[in-house]
Formats: sequence, structure tokens, C-alpha cells
Amino acid sequence: MIEIANVTKVFGQGEAAFRALDGVSVTIDENEFFTLLGPSGCGKTTLLRTIAGFVDPTSGSVKLDGQSLLESPPYKRPVNTVFQSYALFPHMTVAQNIGFGLEMQGKPKSEVQETVAEMLELVRMTPMADRQTGQISGGQQQRVALARALAPRPKVLLLDEPLSALDFKLRKEMQLELKRLQSETGITFIFVTHDQEEALTMSDRIAVMSEGAIRQIGGPRDIYDHPAERFVADFIGDTNFLEVELLRTEGEEGRIRLASGAETTARALSGGVSAGTVTLAVRPEHADLADPAEALLPGTLAEVVYFGTDTHYHVDLEDGTRFVVRQQNTPAQVQRRAAGDRVGVTFAPGVGQVLRD
Amino acid sequence: MSDLAATRSRTERRNRWLLLLPALAILIFAAAGPLLIVLIYSFLTPGDYGGVVWKLSGEAWFNVFFERDFFTDTLGFADAHLSILWRSISLSLMTTVLAFLVGFPTAYFIATRPANSRDMWMLLIMIPFWTNLLIRTFAIMELIRNEGTINTVLLAIGIIDEPIQMLFTNASLLAGMVFVYLPLMILPVYAAMERFDFSLVEAAYDLYATRRKVLTKVIFPIVKPGVIAGSILVFVPCLGAYVTPRVLGGGKKLMLGNLIELQFGAGRNWPLGAALALTLLVIVTIALLFYVRVAGREGESNIG
Repeated sequence: MIEIANVTKVFGQGEAAFRALDGVSVTIDENEFFTLLGPSGCGKTTLLRTIAGFVDPTSGSVKLDGQSLLESPPYKRPVNTVFQSYALFPHMTVAQNIGFGLEMQGKPKSEVQETVAEMLELVRMTPMADRQTGQISGGQQQRVALARALAPRPKVLLLDEPLSALDFKLRKEMQLELKRLQSETGITFIFVTHDQEEALTMSDRIAVMSEGAIRQIGGPRDIYDHPAERFVADFIGDTNFLEVELLRTEGEEGRIRLASGAETTARALSGGVSAGTVTLAVRPEHADLADPAEALLPGTLAEVVYFGTDTHYHVDLEDGTRFVVRQQNTPAQVQRRAAGDRVGVTFAPGVGQVLRD
Repeated sequence: MSDLAATRSRTERRNRWLLLLPALAILIFAAAGPLLIVLIYSFLTPGDYGGVVWKLSGEAWFNVFFERDFFTDTLGFADAHLSILWRSISLSLMTTVLAFLVGFPTAYFIATRPANSRDMWMLLIMIPFWTNLLIRTFAIMELIRNEGTINTVLLAIGIIDEPIQMLFTNASLLAGMVFVYLPLMILPVYAAMERFDFSLVEAAYDLYATRRKVLTKVIFPIVKPGVIAGSILVFVPCLGAYVTPRVLGGGKKLMLGNLIELQFGAGRNWPLGAALALTLLVIVTIALLFYVRVAGREGESNIG
């Protein structure tokens, strides 16, 4: 278990000072696939490097199983990193790369060889053992980097955007591979990415970061369906933002009045917001098109965009807001609507999310 | 069609030779030619006032290694030549090692500076190198001679009572040579170091390698080609150094370069000079072959 408490990192001094991390606290459980998600410059890599030991935080504490890590140099921490650039040693073979950590730990030669063979098997690189690292493809380098970091059996594996250099197909493959490796080895994975889809498919829990702080922590479904604030809703997936009036809240349910005057319920975290004008987030696929007379929000269909798997309907609401509805395409479907039609937007009670922002 | 292809390949072949011509001309006239002359001269007889007499003789080559006692007419090793040869080789080796010990950390230091200040550091290294060798050597002499800066200062503040003899010693020669040839070590090592991906240091550090191990197992093996190039660049000119031993050795601590010059000048023994020059060439060639062979073999198996 990793406990990060109140970690702040300031780079530079005086006017040029930059707060890369601003009072970050998070607890990561054993054997968890934990993802730090955020745009570039949000501090996710700095947090990862703090755990690895390459960044010394200005204040705060980092503990692994109750023991502080901050006093140990990187080579004494039972934590290994898969680097974004892989950082494979170019003067060694694949097998020598994988065995490097074990050799540095002073493990006997027979044990090193055994573990290396095991790791090669695990990442399916056995036939490549004696290749130079320059002679294998990007995806294979990625596997070697993984095996090299896993070989010393670290308590925690840190992954710094390891899939960003791979092409789409390979990335999909490696996502599943990583998930498999994590469950097979039982090691805690801390994964850094700016790719929301990657985060949603692989993680047990996600921490969404922005400007050096964690904005929300939760399971993928939780984060996607119930974003707590505008930044999270905006960063992950597509979202419609509506200005609505919050009338009252009961538990997690809020009674809201839309711009059209219609009333419905939405999820609102108790204590997070007070009555008055608030922002409501509705996912495009959670809304539907309806007859303008029966809909929550009447408007005009401005654009119909075909995406293959689904179709996006861009609706100009009466108050001028643009609202996107996403509908899955089916083979039998006939396109009945066209730009310029009067339509309405509707969504079920409880689907919208009142944001904290 | 095939006619056209044939014409084209002929034109290409001709162009290739034309492009090679300047380099070939330089090689033939400036390298192979003079070398051939030296080789021929080494088998001729010395003229009385320098130059050579066109009479075949193995005397010069014999005199490189042996000498005939003037009075007893017995054969012995040419002690003077051998001790000069030994001094040249040992001083050159020591210079190379010292230049590495000083140059490697320097190159590392510069390569780890922010990109915009590296040029400034390199400039500081290069400025002395652009200065005339003779001026640099005399500057060192001014520093270390008995009435020089160092002795004057030490005497003035009372650390020593009489000047330390530094000039005309092997140590002064060594210091001078290291100073003169250091940039030739730093330059290629820095070039290798600058291309070095420092994320590898982090990776090794992350994989339980201590600072020492990072240096010996990761940094050094990867920048080794630069170190080899630097060592060759220092060792070879050191063997044939002329100005530095002449000025700082004061004509007492001769090196091969001085010995050769002596034969062509005051010694008036051109064939011996030529034979000595060729001996130097052979030593350099053997040393290089040996060094490249050893370094290359290590490169293939530097981690067990």
C-alpha cells in the first residue's frame, strides 16, 4: 500500500517558481491498477517520479507499507519504472537488459538466468533473448522494458505513458497485455496517461489530475458517469454542459429546472453544491431525440454527423446552447431526420450530473 | 535499352573515379610518396654534410637498436635509443591515462550542463587549443621554471626556502603533454557523451544500480568509442611529440621526435633518422591494432 500525503513540489524559486504538485494526497492499495490521468503538465509524471525517487518533494510524505520512501535513493526503493522512451540499454541484449536489475541486486547467476527466462516467457519474447535492443520493433522494446522492470519483483511498478509511442492496434493489444501481467504478477501498477480511453479500459481506479492537484478519484464508471466537476467531465469523454437551476437536494438527488422551464432530477453530491444556478453535465449517449412537444429541451437540428458506429445529432437549443445527442447505428435504421428539423432533447431523470465547479 | 544502361554505368564509373581523384592525389603525393622516400633513405648511406649517398646499406637500421663500441669494437644495445624509446612510450601512455582521468569527468560535466551553456564550456576548452603550441609550452615553462610564477609565489609566502626544480623533469614533461593534448581527449568523449541518452542513467539507477555501477556498467560502455578515439588522438601525437619535450625537457629528456630531428639536423645522419621515423610508425601501428582489438573484444562482452 502506498500512502501519499500532502505532497507538494515546487520547481524553481521566486517569480519563476512552478508548483508541479500542490498538496496531493492519495492512497493506493496493494495489487491495484491505479491510473493517474490528466493533460500534459498536470503533474502526473512528477508524482510518478516522486514515488520512483527521481523527484524530491518540497513537502509531504510518501510511504510504502508504512515505511517512508523519501530517505532512500531510487536504487534502494522496491519500485521499478517503465519509461516512456523505454530507456533500454543499447549495449546489451534483450536478456541482459531484463537481467540487469537482478544482477545489480547481486542475485546469483543461476537465479538471474532462471528469472530472465521466466520473464521472457511472460512477455512472449523468448525467441528474441539474444537480439540487440536496436534490432527489435517498438512493441517488442515495450515488452522488454516491461519485463526488465518486472524481473526484480518490485512491490510497485510505475508506468510512465508506456503505450504512447505505439500505433493504435498495438496499443490496444498492449492494454490487454498489461492488464494480464498485472493480474498474473499481483504487483501494484501505477499507470500515467493522458489518454482517457486507456485509463477507462485498464484501471481499477483513476485519479484525474489538473494543475498539480487531484480533482477526482474513483472507478472508471464512477468517473465517467458521475464526474464531480467541469474539468473532469470535460476531460473524460464528450459532455454537454447546461446551465440549470438547482431547486433543492435530497441525499444525492437534486431537483433541477432546465432553461426551458421543464423540471427533472439529477445526481448532485450533497454538500458539493448549493441551490441556485449550477452546471449540469449530460453525456451525449445518455440523451435522446424526441418530439419537441414532449421533450425536456426543444430546439432545431443543426447537423447530423455519421460516425460509423454511431450518429451525432447537433441540436441548437432555444437558449442558444449546442447539445449533442449520440445514437448507436443499427443496420435496420433509416435516417429520418435532417438538418433544420424541429426536434427536442430528452434524458431520463437522474442521468444528468450537477457539477461542483 | 541495354545500350543506354551500359553507357550510364560507364558514366557512373567514370564519375566515381573523378570524385575520388582529389583525395587520391593528396594521398599519393602527400602521404604515400614521402613515406616511400623515407623508406628508401633508410637504406642508404649518410652523406658527410647531411643528405644521402646513393649507396645501399643496412647500417641505419642496425644502428636503431645496436651500437658498436668505438674503442673495443664490441656490439651492444643502443642504450640511448632504447631509453628514449622507452621514455616516449611510457610518457605517452601516462599522458593518455591522465588525459582520460581529467578529460572524462570534464566531458561528463559539460554534457550534463543545460544545452545553451555547453557551447560556452567547449569554447573555454578549445581556446588554449587554438593558441600556438609553442606559446602554450613557453607559458607552462614560465609557470614552473625556478624563477617562475609558482616558485616565486611559494618563496614569497614562505612555504619553501629554495625553488623546487620542476622544469626539465619527467613530471614537468608529463604535465605539459597532458595540458597540450587534453582537448583531443575531451572532444571525442564529449561528442559521445552528448549523444548519450541520460534517461538510461535513470533506468539503471531505478534498477538498483549504485552510482558506481551506473558509471561502469552503463555510461562507460556506451561512450567507450569516444574514449577509444580520444586515447588514439592523444597517444599517437604524444609518441612523436617534439616541441613539448624540447622546451620542457630542456634537451635532456629526449623523446623520439627529438631524436629523429637530431639525426636530420645536427647528427647529419638522414638514413638513421628515416629508420627511426619508420620505427615510430611501426610502434604506432602495432599499438593501434592492439588497442582496437582489445577494446573491440571488450565491447562484445562487457556484461556477463
